Formats: sequence, C-alpha cells, structure tokens
Amino acid sequence: MRQIHVDTIISAVETLFIEANIYLSQNVLNAIQNAIEKEESPQGKEILRELIRNAEIAGKEQLPVCQDTGLAVTFIEIGQDVHITGGNLSDAVSEGVRRGYQKGYLRKSCCHPFTRKNTADNTPPIIHTKIIPGDVLRITAMPKGGGSENYGEVRMLIPAEGKEGVKSFVLDMVKKGGPNPCPPIIVGIGIGGNLETSAILAKEALIVPLGVRNDDPELAELELEILDEINRTGIGPQGYGGTVTALDVHIKMLPCHIASLPVAVNMQCHVHRIREIVL
Amino acid sequence: MEIKRIKTPLDDAVIKKLRAGEKVLLTGFIYTARDTAHKRFIDALGKGETLPFDVTNQIIYYCGPSPAPPGKVIGSAGPTTSSRMDLYTPQLLLLGLKGMIGKGKRSTEVKEALKRYRAVYFGATGGAGALISQSIVSSEIVAYEDLGPEAVVKLGVKDMPLFVINDMYGNDLYETGMEHYRK
Repeated sequence: MRQIHVDTIISAVETLFIEANIYLSQNVLNAIQNAIEKEESPQGKEILRELIRNAEIAGKEQLPVCQDTGLAVTFIEIGQDVHITGGNLSDAVSEGVRRGYQKGYLRKSCCHPFTRKNTADNTPPIIHTKIIPGDVLRITAMPKGGGSENYGEVRMLIPAEGKEGVKSFVLDMVKKGGPNPCPPIIVGIGIGGNLETSAILAKEALIVPLGVRNDDPELAELELEILDEINRTGIGPQGYGGTVTALDVHIKMLPCHIASLPVAVNMQCHVHRIREIVL
Repeated sequence: MEIKRIKTPLDDAVIKKLRAGEKVLLTGFIYTARDTAHKRFIDALGKGETLPFDVTNQIIYYCGPSPAPPGKVIGSAGPTTSSRMDLYTPQLLLLGLKGMIGKGKRSTEVKEALKRYRAVYFGATGGAGALISQSIVSSEIVAYEDLGPEAVVKLGVKDMPLFVINDMYGNDLYETGMEHYRK
C-alpha cells in the first residue's frame, strides 16, 4: 500500500485552484488565437482579442481570469493501492479549496439555495471519485462558473430519436443560451448511462483537451457535425454575431437501458479552467 | 473599429447618439448591483423607502467582483448574466436609471422600457474580468456590505470597454448580429 498524507492533498488542491483561476492553459489560448483567424465578424474578432489580452493581464497582475471563480469541481482518481493517512479525503479536498480561495483572492460563489447566504469559503466542493488500478492519486480541478452551468440540461430522449435527436437537443440548448453562457463556448455531451451518469459524462467530456477527437470514429464525426452546426447559428463571440460560437464539442458515451436514451449537455464558457496533478 | 468615448452621468443627448453594435469607452462612476441587491432595492421601494443611491442618470453594472488583492483597487470584475435582473429593471428605469452594463439577452419588457424611458443596455465582455479591472480606478462600498461580493459598490471607471447591445430605438445587437452571420 502506498501512503499519501492528507497534507499533500490539501496543498495540491490549494495550488490547483489558484493556478487554474489565474492561468488559462496553452490549449485554450491556442484555440482562441485560432478563432481570431476564423472569425468573420469585426466585433467578434475584437472580443477574441480582448480575451487574449485578458489572459495576459490576469497572469501579469495575478488576478483571476474571470471574477466568477466558480464552484470548486474536482475529479479524483484513486489508485486502489493508495492509502490516505492523517485524515479523510473529502475533508482534505474541502480544506484545500478553503485555503486556495482565501489565499488566491478568489471569489466565494457558494450559497444556500433558498436564503442565498454565502458559505463564505467556497465549500463544499463538488467531488467526483473513481477507483482505478495502481498506486497514484490524480486530482483534476475544474472551477466552473455559474453563467455557463445554467444552460445545461439532461433530457431523456426516446430511443427512436437517435443521433438526430441528440443533435437537435444540443442545438436547442445552444440557441436557448445564445449570448448568456459567454460564447465562444465548449460543449460537453454525455450520452447513455442513466439520468445521473449522463450528466457526469457531459462534465467529464469537458476535460478532454480542445482539438482532440473521440476515439470512436462515429462519435468523432458527430462531434464535428455538431460543432459545425453550432458555428452556423451566427451567435458568435459574446453573442454579438459571428462565425465562432463554439471552440469545440466533446462527447462521452456509455451503454444505456433498452428503453432509454439519456442525453446531457454541459456548457462551458471560453474561460475553460482545468488543472491536474498526479500524486 | 470606430470607438466613441462617453461619460457619466448619462443624459438624453448622449443616449440619442448611441446605436447598437457600437464600441464605447466609458468614463465616470457606475454602481454594482446583482441579484440580491436588486431584490433589496425593490423591497425598499415597496416600503416607501429611498434607494441607497440616486439612480437618476446613472448606470448599474451587474457585477460581483473577486476580492481585491493587497495594493489593488479591485479584483477581477467582469459582468454577470443580466436576465436575472430583468424583473426589477423597468421599475429602476422609471426612476431615471439611464444605463445598465452586463452580458446576455434582456426581456421584451426591459427592451420596451429602454425605448420608453430613453436608456441603453451595454455589454461588457463576459470572462474578461482581469482586463476590465484595469479600467477601474476607485471602489467604495455604498450599501449591503453583508452581501460580500454582491454588495453595492460605487466604481470609478476610466475608458471601460463596452459594446452597445440595446439602444433607445429598439435595436438589438444580439438579434441583428446573429441574423447577419447565420448560415
């Protein structure tokens, strides 16, 4: 059994959330840079250039790229030969989030659903865990803003609706959101499983780097078809009109019940923040 | 692209010249308010109380900034989604509010009120909070400090980059822009 002390996890989580919020990844910056070339609208180009300048300023001034530093979403893969010592995993992740949001001057955006009273330290985080073979612990931090998250949905399609049903659902959601989820967006689509797994698949789909296609050729093609249709809507950067509405579309799929076709859409804004560490 | 420079307080002469799709640089003072602050404004008005600041000819910015690090005026300070404030907006426009800054579509009622009361809705770039913070030169809490990032704050701004989304003539950049580039 490999031992990993909670202190290691706490400090890793703290650093991941601070860095994710201040530095956009090169993968995302490249996608925005490429979008400047592709975009036909002058306003759209201007917005995309603002996004590049924004990222430069955030790094230089050590400010969050966006003031909505999100709910603290974490994906944790735990090797089955890992033993966590000195405390428990959930408390360690929470403590890392608490410290990171305090130390990094990140906005605390977590509140009671009805009274709207802020929890004041951005906890509790959202923790998705998976047991994997081996003796490593992989932590992926994805601070997720509210503006894009509000345009997600799970729909239980009729199996007969098939691929076309999936496409029209996704397009409906993109058009419904319009400028609100901060385009250019990234769309995560979860297909199959059941109600809750489709939603988690949609979020996991957002972790796939921009420009990387699904291993399954049929899904890879579907990703590109949906991306193309989204970019024909005319919504454009910030919804001011243009030819780049989405930077990419990713699909994750699992088998489902013979009576069902669950589909989930999870929208992500261009401030696509992901940081990962393997302990 | 051509850029117009405008100043607060906004008067009709300035508003008349603004058209949807134009880029403007705003200088002067604006007030942040988002969900809960708006609810409190309307509750106060319902009870016959006055608002924490006089909205006449002023601009409200839908923004909950991140905390200011030491030595800085403010943290990251981009817009939040405006539609959540739609229910409250016409009443504030009736009182003389002349502009709002946010992101995303407004309701038909808000767009009608913009025409009726001669006011304007500006878009700031969502997700460009670090860039926008560079145009904020002062920050002072006006009300509802207990709301943390949702408190009402008076911001001094210099050349804040904005686009006109809805002008007083009923034009809507979201509609015309999308129509133009749809394929």
